[in-house]
Amino acid sequence: MARIIVVTSGKGGVGKTTSAAAIATGLALRGNKTVVIDFDVGLRNLDLIMGCERRVVYDLVNVIQGEAGLNQALIRDKRSDHLYILPASQTRDKDALTLEGVEQVLEKLAEDFDYIVCDSPAGIERGAQLAMYFADEAIVVTNPEVSSVRDSDRILGLLASKTRRAEQAQDPVVERLLITRYDPNRVDSGDMLNLEDIQEILAIKLIGLIPESEAVLRASNSGVPVTHDQDSDAGQAYSDTVARLLGDEKPLRFHQLQKKSFLSRIFGGGRR
Amino acid sequence: MKLLEFLKRERKKSASVAKERLQIIVAHQRGQRGQPDYMPMLERELLEVIRRYVEVEQDAINISLDSEDDCSVLELNVTLPNRG
Ligand SMILES: Nc1ncnc2c1ncn2[C@@H]1O[C@H](COP(=O)(O)OP(=O)(O)OP(=O)(O)O)[C@@H](O)[C@H]1O
Ligand SMILES: [Mg+2]
Repeated sequence: MARIIVVTSGKGGVGKTTSAAAIATGLALRGNKTVVIDFDVGLRNLDLIMGCERRVVYDLVNVIQGEAGLNQALIRDKRSDHLYILPASQTRDKDALTLEGVEQVLEKLAEDFDYIVCDSPAGIERGAQLAMYFADEAIVVTNPEVSSVRDSDRILGLLASKTRRAEQAQDPVVERLLITRYDPNRVDSGDMLNLEDIQEILAIKLIGLIPESEAVLRASNSGVPVTHDQDSDAGQAYSDTVARLLGDEKPLRFHQLQKKSFLSRIFGGGRR
Repeated sequence: MKLLEFLKRERKKSASVAKERLQIIVAHQRGQRGQPDYMPMLERELLEVIRRYVEVEQDAINISLDSEDDCSVLELNVTLPNRG
């Protein structure tokens, strides 16, 4: 049975699309038939991050409104046979998505795919609620920063009440924390929330930690999800995250200072 | 070195301040979870009514809804000022 995973956050710009693309790519690289869906109607971006923007013909809204078949809208990834992308529409009509329409699309996709990754728009309104409604699991993307952590908690509230699993009193949506843009240097100097603090506040299981990384911008510049860049810290961190999603045990990496900087040596660089 | 140590200790603080603030906000948010959508409005209107009779602070009122097996209990706590 297909697992539906929503990548969500509440706050904008924390790395949902980056993570959805990287995780979907990682799942496909491990041999799972995966589709990643852009739910950000009006502001599609996933196609750019996946590097397929010039191959978009039809989109999710076209499919829901019956203007195109699912197979016409799905874009096969250039690099992996197991990976497909379903782009969002650029229409400004936010009501173009309907709950019934989304349900039908997901049901059809579930016949063919192992994993359905939903890239949620920011916010806690309709768009975000549609993206999470049918999810089995949620990856809550959080930056080490107060507003992001607070918004993540709001999202946890919605996952526990405004999803199909919640409304039908089934097993709850599995909630997992993905901390992104983590900077061990700033954590060490006491200017950034550390991962234990974030975990303690949100009290959900950590699925991964992605460091602040130059590789992410490079990846989006070239339209190749960062998971393909296995020389990079972020690429490896996303691979670890995918491995954990698939049930592997992986120790956490990239959360500690690599080497002591000149300054921290002078100051003693006390670790916590 | 004393000065440097001092500066460093000051700098340690912003993340722990963030943590303390978040713990309070999140506790509050979680307290409101699962409440019906009308609760904030109800709270505001109740406060308004009480204020017609007694002068109380914004945070002097505390309402919560607890569900038991077959009924819900609306609990209302109002801290009144000492009679002067
Ligand atoms: N680990 C990282 N290191 C450095 N930059 C990052 C990292 N993760 C994300 N970014 C950058 O942050 C920005 C926002 O990322 P992204 O578009 O994935 O966020 P989003 O949550 O999908 O945003 P939106 O809410 O607008 O959909 C991008 O410029 C991206 O390159
Ligand atoms: Mg996005």
